[in-house]
Amino acid sequence: MTETTVPLQASVGFAGPEALADALRATGYLPDEGLATAAYLALVMRRPLFLEGEAGVGKTALARALAEVTGRPLYRLQCYEGLEASQALYDWDFGRQLLHLRAAEAAHAAVDTEALESSLYDRRFLLARPLLQALEDSPSVLLVDEVDRADDEFEAFLLEVLSDFTISIPELGTVRAEIPPLVILTSNRTREVHDALKRRCLYHWLEHPDFDREVAILRSRLPEVTERLAREVAAATARLRDLDLVKPPGVAEAMDWASALHALGARELDPDLAARTLGAVLKYREDTDRVHSLARGALFGGG
Amino acid sequence: MLGFARTLRAAGVAASPDRVEAMLAAIGALDVLDASAVYWAGRLTLCSGPDDLERYDAAFAAWFSGEAPRLRPAPADRTQVVVSSSAPLEAGSADGGDDDPSDVAGQASADEVLRHRDVAELTVAEREEMRRLFALLRPASPMRPSRRRRPSAHGSVHASRTVRRALRDGGEVARLLHRRARPRPRRVVLLIDVSGSMSPYADALLRYAHAAVRAHPAATEVFTIGTRLTRVTRELRLRDPDKALAAGGAAIPDWSGGTRLGEVLKAFLDRWGQRGTARGAIVVVCSDGWERGDTGLLAEQMARLRRLAYAVVWVNPHKGRIGYEPLTGGMRAALPSLDAFVAGHSLAAFEELTGVIARA
Repeated sequence: MTETTVPLQASVGFAGPEALADALRATGYLPDEGLATAAYLALVMRRPLFLEGEAGVGKTALARALAEVTGRPLYRLQCYEGLEASQALYDWDFGRQLLHLRAAEAAHAAVDTEALESSLYDRRFLLARPLLQALEDSPSVLLVDEVDRADDEFEAFLLEVLSDFTISIPELGTVRAEIPPLVILTSNRTREVHDALKRRCLYHWLEHPDFDREVAILRSRLPEVTERLAREVAAATARLRDLDLVKPPGVAEAMDWASALHALGARELDPDLAARTLGAVLKYREDTDRVHSLARGALFGGG
Repeated sequence: MLGFARTLRAAGVAASPDRVEAMLAAIGALDVLDASAVYWAGRLTLCSGPDDLERYDAAFAAWFSGEAPRLRPAPADRTQVVVSSSAPLEAGSADGGDDDPSDVAGQASADEVLRHRDVAELTVAEREEMRRLFALLRPASPMRPSRRRRPSAHGSVHASRTVRRALRDGGEVARLLHRRARPRPRRVVLLIDVSGSMSPYADALLRYAHAAVRAHPAATEVFTIGTRLTRVTRELRLRDPDKALAAGGAAIPDWSGGTRLGEVLKAFLDRWGQRGTARGAIVVVCSDGWERGDTGLLAEQMARLRRLAYAVVWVNPHKGRIGYEPLTGGMRAALPSLDAFVAGHSLAAFEELTGVIARA
């Protein structure tokens, strides 16, 4: 039923979670211990990793970083309501099939109907979509982004693909991945994802990073920003998160803010400039009003 | 390890055997002697949501520090709580004792009277009758267009089906095939006030919620509001209304307490509404609008709800009384953000509510 009996591969290339964390750090993604362990286990146990957390805590970025450190190609499937098999798995290129048929007719080559028929369902007329691409191009990294936005029907066939990593195409045969792709599923919890899907995955809840890690993330992602500005932005963002806002800012917003301030030539967070660039961190009018109504010194004091 | 899994199950984390198997595999892949590796191996494989994490942390600390694990009260104890907490509702009217049940049973003409009687003033026997009528209530399902399409005789041309058909016909496009959007049920979210001032109506409202959940389990969400927010959707999915209500009652910690509508509404929007539960949904707030907290916060949160939801309906049982004016501070704060304001004091009012939801 589960994939736990798969012999553990020594060939994942990393000695343990720490080694993987170091490799991720080298690419500019700074995981904490839990996330590094989760990613390592996903690689070793060949189980999909189900990531949940607030928007902007780096769920999607992890998949990119993992593709980089493992040297595998990344395939991304953005989910939305009404996503169908023909957009997620494969589709036949009907237009080209029709042209092929007409060309064969014109050349009077249609003597052997069986050969003509099989030539119609050739691999070259198959359009591979992300799930099929990820299986064909194994080993790969497959990112199923915002799975909570898809509907139940999609979840059901995703479950089928993730449980044995095969896709059967009636006209062609079964596509099986030699090495199952490293699957990262992300969710913003707009809806509860079905338990059957979660049971096949490792589950990790991503928190906002603590102050030191956030400074480190800002410094490594935006090397041009001064140390002082990075520290002050991280401190101010942390204070904004405590304000009980409609949308507390994530790491992505902190990065946007720091680069906005940098673009305006700031070397430190001065209250006036901070007030003018608030649009980079706060995306709701109520939040902006709230912050403007507070004493500026209290929020944007030195970091 | 298996003992730990049992502790965890007792603490309310669904650590099923296949998850435990996965945990053992995960520990095998890591360093067994490292306590934090064991912690993460268990957390990653046994938990399935943010609610589990706290329980897991507590159970982990207790188990591995050698303490006796603190268990949650066994289910049997919890049912005891149910009976006591919902009992006042069952016998809500003071004059319940002196009535003969046969008075109302099976009389067709009595139905019509009951439909308009205020549920707060019913006797025990009449309540029984009401219960039977509630079981007959069929909440309507409002629909919305979806992005999923289905083959149809009309609508836009379905290119891939048309060409596939043409291939079968030897490459000749003989006829065009069409498709159109498939309507899906629109989500309905019920927020039911279970505070003291609403206690005569809470039972009836939860019964209505149960009927709604049973009719469309996937498209209905029910929360109770009072001094805190409780999601009771899962409990109300039980088939039998009395069992479902008992389970719901056990899950609600703030029966007949105070009301902090603004704060609880904010908690709902932060934790559920904004993320998607209220988006595009019909949100029905069932409350008398008695607000102990700040009405400014309530007005602000109602406005926020209005922007997220497709329609906002307020059900106030007192509206059914003759000469009612929405004078409470909470009600006045909420009124500008409402699409519909209806009564919810009798079965007829619930039927009207059903109509309002269906037309919203």
